[in-house]
Amino acid sequence: MKLTFKGGIHPYEGKELTMDKDVIEYVPKGDMVYPLSQHIGAPAKAVVKKGDRVLVGQLIAEAGGFVSANIHSSVSGTVKAVEPRLTASGSKVNSIVIENDNQFEKIEYVKNEKPLAELTKEEILEAIKNAGVVGMGGAGFPTNVKLSPKNADEIDYIIVNASECEPYLTSDYRRLLDETDKVIEGLRLALAIFPKAKGIIAVEDNKPKAIQKLKEVLGNDPDIKVNSMKTKYPEGAERQLIYANTGRYINSKMLPADAGCIVHNVDTVYSICEAVRQGKPLIQRLVTVTGDAITEPCNYLVRIGTSFAELIEAAGGFLQDPEKIIAGGPMMGKAIYDLNIPVTKSSSAILCMTKDEVSEYEPSNCIRCGRCVEVCPGRVMPNKLATLAEQGDLEEFQKLNGMECCECGCCSYVCPAKRHLTQTIAGTRKAILANRKK
Amino acid sequence: MGASILYAAAVIGIVGILAGILLGVASEKFKVKVDEKEIKVREALPGNNCGGCGYPGCDGLAAAIAKGEAKPDACPVGGEAVAKKIVEIVGGEIDSVRHVAHVKCAGTCEKAKDAYDYVGPEDCQIAANAPGGGPKGCSFGCLGYGSCKRACQFDAISIVDGVAVVDKDKCKSCGQCVLACPRHIIEMVPEDAGAIVECNSKEFGKDVKAVCSAGCIGCGLCQRNCPQGAITVKDHLAVVDYAKCTGCGTCKEKCPVKIIK
Repeated sequence: MKLTFKGGIHPYEGKELTMDKDVIEYVPKGDMVYPLSQHIGAPAKAVVKKGDRVLVGQLIAEAGGFVSANIHSSVSGTVKAVEPRLTASGSKVNSIVIENDNQFEKIEYVKNEKPLAELTKEEILEAIKNAGVVGMGGAGFPTNVKLSPKNADEIDYIIVNASECEPYLTSDYRRLLDETDKVIEGLRLALAIFPKAKGIIAVEDNKPKAIQKLKEVLGNDPDIKVNSMKTKYPEGAERQLIYANTGRYINSKMLPADAGCIVHNVDTVYSICEAVRQGKPLIQRLVTVTGDAITEPCNYLVRIGTSFAELIEAAGGFLQDPEKIIAGGPMMGKAIYDLNIPVTKSSSAILCMTKDEVSEYEPSNCIRCGRCVEVCPGRVMPNKLATLAEQGDLEEFQKLNGMECCECGCCSYVCPAKRHLTQTIAGTRKAILANRKK
Repeated sequence: MGASILYAAAVIGIVGILAGILLGVASEKFKVKVDEKEIKVREALPGNNCGGCGYPGCDGLAAAIAKGEAKPDACPVGGEAVAKKIVEIVGGEIDSVRHVAHVKCAGTCEKAKDAYDYVGPEDCQIAANAPGGGPKGCSFGCLGYGSCKRACQFDAISIVDGVAVVDKDKCKSCGQCVLACPRHIIEMVPEDAGAIVECNSKEFGKDVKAVCSAGCIGCGLCQRNCPQGAITVKDHLAVVDYAKCTGCGTCKEKCPVKIIK
């Protein structure tokens, strides 16, 4: 039986647009913007000021708390300003703006070629922390914090999330295929922190080449297993991924560590390897620039801070007027309304859709077909939750486990009445979380 | 035959008497103590359980007033007459100035630009989660999806040209709209306030201008010219101290964007 979870959908994949094309390294020309808050947790504190000259890889903002991350410059140049700038979330975030001098003068990275057995746990975590590595799948949780759970002895699995279930995205696939050795080395480094953890690389079965290559490189490795999972959205959602691979359940009140698991994105594991072995901070990532409105969809190796506008220009600009531009994938990404926003550590894609691809419908009344209940991977009743949310009954909403929704968008996708289910539920969840904080 | 009917009657009779005694004792023993004040306050309240006060019906409000958690004039429907009766029961004072809700935004569809087209539920609370806190270019202004309108029990709020407008006569100053607004732009102001700033933007003047032609640019002309010193500009936004304002109208004249009403 194939590894999977209950519920889920099969949307159009759209991966063929970029899947088999080589990654292009993009060299930025314009100003670079580094939002001080591109991770979960406290914003970083700027350590440079207007007029300072910085080099590639230089620390420009340090972690502003325990759950926070360092930020490094990805170009050489002068600091132009520290001011609020628009980010992919649609709101303004305090950012460091650097005028790029196009010299790309680097600082020296300190390499570490000690064999794995000689590396201490502290050494690895310190290197990850210094490099400012955060979860690159979207949420941006600081990796060193994730790798220091309270129950380190009880961690059984480190799962590399290579399912990339979000349609159109292929950056993780390219990373897996092009840098297989480094991804595996990164996983070994993470495993070295825990006494009894085993590694799992979980790949959806629509990426046979990646699975084959991983198996070839790993051979009969006792510590790392490659799991081929059923292709279904949202296979890569943390809770669903853990269930599919280990059979363990977690709910919204638990962390993966409570079930003895730690989940990392492919690019994060790669960055761990770069941070520990090369001493290289997180200043580059893969971004899929795709969609029917783009002339030449492709994966780009982008320096963090590059503006979306520059990147779209690099991809040949627009073939036709885009109807909708999304930062991230079509299911969980955020629509953006201005292209002057920077690539951050967790921007996985820029998706430009044409009018044909974006179909807008007027929502109508619920016809009680129950399809949303069938596909919901969180096993809640989106139809009821959305109605309660509309009525503003927050108590009943929580009683029916509204907080277990992971906002994956499956319910909205299948709803024949085109109700705005996910959006309504997500808005209410945020309102409840905000009330709790008060 | 006759004897069995008597038995049955006797058994039922005894059970009846025992149950009666038990209930009598229980009702004394487990008596719920009710504050006498609360009963009187409850009698003074209108009793239509509208919920406009924010408590679960008139019983809830009566309990809160008796405990001193709510003010004697907390019933928005009863007005002064009811408030006076309640003051006689629980004491305290009535706020003599009537307050009405006011939406601090004049950014109508024409004056305030939208940053993008919003597709989704027509509800401010949900729209406020869209990128940038909603489609309106100004992140402080009225979204116009009517969450306050739905919260109002008295039909006092209407959406006119993309901005919520309060009908002062219908407003019962219950404050439900203030709680419903995700952008916190509804404020309770004295009914006879001399000057009200129709903007809530704390952005720099330049940024306000970029998105709205009816926004406070924080120039400070009103602050400098107010003879009473009743206006201060804080976070690039003019704020009126209603206690000091005499309604002379100087600020209205001096305001270059004409947003003091």
